[in-house]
Amino acid sequence: MSRQQPRPRPTQPAEAGIRRSALGRGGPPSPVIGQPLPSPTLTLDALGKKCPIPIIMLAERIGEVRVGQIVEVLADDPAAKTDLPAWCALKSQEFVQASALPTGWSFLVRRSY
Amino acid sequence: MAYFDAASAEPLHPSAREALLAALDDGWADPARLHREGRRAQLLLDGAREAVAAELGCRPDELSFTSSGTQAVHLAVLGTVQARQSAARGPGHLVASAVEHSSVLNAADWLARTTATAVTLTGVDGLGRADVAEFAAAVRRERTLLACLQSANHEVGTLQPAAEAAAACRAAGVPLMVDIAASAGRLPVPDGWSLLTASARKWGGPAGVGLLVVRKGIRWREPFPADDREHHRVPGVPNVPAVLAAAAALESASRERGSEDAALRALVARIRAAVPRAVPDSVVYGDPDARLPHIVTFSCLYVDGEALVTELDRAGFSVSSGSACVADTRQPSHVLAAMGALTHGNVRVSLPRDVRAESVVEFLDVLPPIVAKVRETVRAANASRSAEPPQEVTT
Repeated sequence: MSRQQPRPRPTQPAEAGIRRSALGRGGPPSPVIGQPLPSPTLTLDALGKKCPIPIIMLAERIGEVRVGQIVEVLADDPAAKTDLPAWCALKSQEFVQASALPTGWSFLVRRSY
Repeated sequence: MAYFDAASAEPLHPSAREALLAALDDGWADPARLHREGRRAQLLLDGAREAVAAELGCRPDELSFTSSGTQAVHLAVLGTVQARQSAARGPGHLVASAVEHSSVLNAADWLARTTATAVTLTGVDGLGRADVAEFAAAVRRERTLLACLQSANHEVGTLQPAAEAAAACRAAGVPLMVDIAASAGRLPVPDGWSLLTASARKWGGPAGVGLLVVRKGIRWREPFPADDREHHRVPGVPNVPAVLAAAAALESASRERGSEDAALRALVARIRAAVPRAVPDSVVYGDPDARLPHIVTFSCLYVDGEALVTELDRAGFSVSSGSACVADTRQPSHVLAAMGALTHGNVRVSLPRDVRAESVVEFLDVLPPIVAKVRETVRAANASRSAEPPQEVTT
């Protein structure tokens, strides 16, 4: 079975007149445009769910994929933008990237251990 | 039972209460009038100004009382940028660290939207300390009109590299605004400032008094309709009794600092050590050493901040939180976000001057079971929702 939805291209949020040169340095790395995106083994739909639910879903389900495989979390709570990478840093899992969806974001996490 | 939110508002200092009550009788008149009641109010106001100026290490004529810390910041940022804008060719540039108080960021945002001012928000490290190299590079950009760096962070307590920032600004000929709201009355004022801002409520003065200090020789112009009050810097008559109370509290806080500081630091160190041991999956933020004496912030994984604050309140402990569900804006704390820190399950403990060590011990006793209880509630609520048809797509 493969994913039916076309994946939207990552976009950068517009910041009217304000340059946040290193804002969220510990936050999500910028999406790399033009490179093939790693494909997730498991997608968790946390759209409409407030933090910490997206993190709880990820923590409960990441064990279902093998080490080296990718879990995708879909979320639209603004706190997820900070909290997904922060969770990965705390738990020594690999945060691969964040990309914007029409509503919310897709976060890719690689199981490291 | 204990109040642990001194960083939002320190309880009114007894000396401030005394000064306020006395000044309500003596300082109610308009200090700009020449009659005896007016002269008496002016005398009190002059005395308060001299006392506060002495505490800050500035000249009395450099100091104006505002109606809040927020108003002081708005006047400092807008007044400096607008005074220097006309001399700069083309739109100006404003630099601030990404972890400034929201009043600084709001003023910067306002300038970006209503004038063509370019704004650069510079980053911080994982402790919340401004990246000096990045800050200095931004300051050196042409047409930089003002740089803003707080003395210490109000959410995680980390001290900012004030001396290095001041050196970079001096070398570039850029004025530096130092928001001392979090540290005033607790730590000495750092050197090298061009403008200072503060709020009396943070040091045990009453709400409704802020400080704006504009160093002599710094170009500044009133950004709003002009008034002849407070050296032509702040519109409206100052609240003389509240100003007097603020001055009394600042003098007391500075005098008592020697004895209070060590006690607060020891209690904060105790919380910093105990929380990660007692609460699984928790992390303490901010610099362990170069920090304010009274603030400690930590986050607990898998907990909703609102439930945590509510449960702690029920247990008798008043704390604040940078989690989105607790903030007025429903946005997570911009400070935690800039640090790359966990924003959910966040608790800021800020100890007031007369805190009892037993209260901290009690807090550390009730915290672990409360976190466990909230975790279980959140997990169970999520599990019952997930019992509905699965929403996951597996390949």
